[in-house]
Amino acid sequence: MASKWLKRLGALVALGVVGGAGFLIVTAPQRQDASVWADLGAADLDNGRRIFFAGGCTSCHAAAKSEGDARLVLSGGAPLKSPFGTFHAPNISSSPTAGIGAWTLAEFGDAMTRGVGRDGEHLYPSFPYGSYARMAPKDINDLFGFLKTLPASETVAPAHELPFPFNIRLSLGGWKFLYFTDAPRVEIANADDQVKLGQYLVEGPGHCGECHTPRDMFGGFKTGRWLAGGPNPEGQGTIPNITPGSKSIGGWSQGDIASYLETGFTPDFDSVGGTMVEVQKNMAELTPADREAIAAYLKAVPAVE
Amino acid sequence: MKLKLVLAAAIVTGLGLTAAIAADEPQVVRQEMMKKVGGAMGAIGAIVKGEKPFDAEVVKASLTTMAEVGKDFPNHFPAGSEVGMDSEASPKIWENMDDFKAKAAELTKVAEAQLAAMPTNQASTGAVMKAVGATCSSCHETYRLKK
Repeated sequence: MASKWLKRLGALVALGVVGGAGFLIVTAPQRQDASVWADLGAADLDNGRRIFFAGGCTSCHAAAKSEGDARLVLSGGAPLKSPFGTFHAPNISSSPTAGIGAWTLAEFGDAMTRGVGRDGEHLYPSFPYGSYARMAPKDINDLFGFLKTLPASETVAPAHELPFPFNIRLSLGGWKFLYFTDAPRVEIANADDQVKLGQYLVEGPGHCGECHTPRDMFGGFKTGRWLAGGPNPEGQGTIPNITPGSKSIGGWSQGDIASYLETGFTPDFDSVGGTMVEVQKNMAELTPADREAIAAYLKAVPAVE
Repeated sequence: MKLKLVLAAAIVTGLGLTAAIAADEPQVVRQEMMKKVGGAMGAIGAIVKGEKPFDAEVVKASLTTMAEVGKDFPNHFPAGSEVGMDSEASPKIWENMDDFKAKAAELTKVAEAQLAAMPTNQASTGAVMKAVGATCSSCHETYRLKK
């Protein structure tokens, strides 16, 4: 009798092991095929600078409250609070020891587009690779080239402060399994080239949805609520809805949105505030054509009330 | 008939009083002050956008309004006025009152510097907007909550 129970228990344990192994295999960190990063040639540094500001790298990776040239010292930034714990953006300066100066393009590209770290580990999606996954290899190459031209800093950023179970990196495989995709966030019928460029900038490097789209309890985007705003996951206040259905900016014209991104002023000359101040500073560095494209896309996405 | 009139008058007076009381609340006073700055910035913005021709008097009046508001603005955040009346003030104001006051003083400083230099055309008015606008966002970044 006892042996029968023991067998059943044994079978259960075996099943658990197989299941666990299966989970680990299915959710193992997956790099891009090496060919993606081959033959990209010399980086276009001007485009790299454009992608750097479109991506807002400095807002998390430069020391808090940096102004002017200090925004180009990517020593690791202010703590990013979330419902899962506090994240500390690492040093991504050109230092070969503290930063990413010794990384290869493939290592950088896999981190950016697959959330896989240099040692093959899963990265936390506080680093918005869920958006960067849509970026073109050429832009990644140009950005990597530009980052290498920035100053080296030897500061080592603190480790993330996360409670159990969020401190278990393997569990991120489950998160990726549920939420990671490089497909378009929304389908826009008859999108012209301007809207397509805007879609690329907003859904890819700009990673606007990371704050402007509400999340479920596991930190994935709620379906059907793309860019619809919600409570601020970092604490007080709310993040505005930026779809055409928004009460606050739904009535803005494409020109109003582009002008806001350039100057920081709303159509009635209220000013940008909160964490959007950093974002707007970055947007001001883009070309008028890029800002117009972002605005055109925001006017074209599905309206959410 | 007379009674009705008296009643109506009483109601109107009462409404007026309520409005007057609400208008005295620090939350409302400071909101009105920010609206004044927004209006002044709008007048400058219209020139920058080319909707209105350059007018030195308009720029001067707008900058003067901003400089004045910057001086008085932080005086309207007494204890007890943290919330209510749709206030978008962040609790951080009361945690860092000295820094908040410094940020308001910065608005005055920059507006006065622009007054001293005074733009002479549309292009230099754009620079004024940029300089003053930076003080708006640098304070709103920390001390204003979006509701």
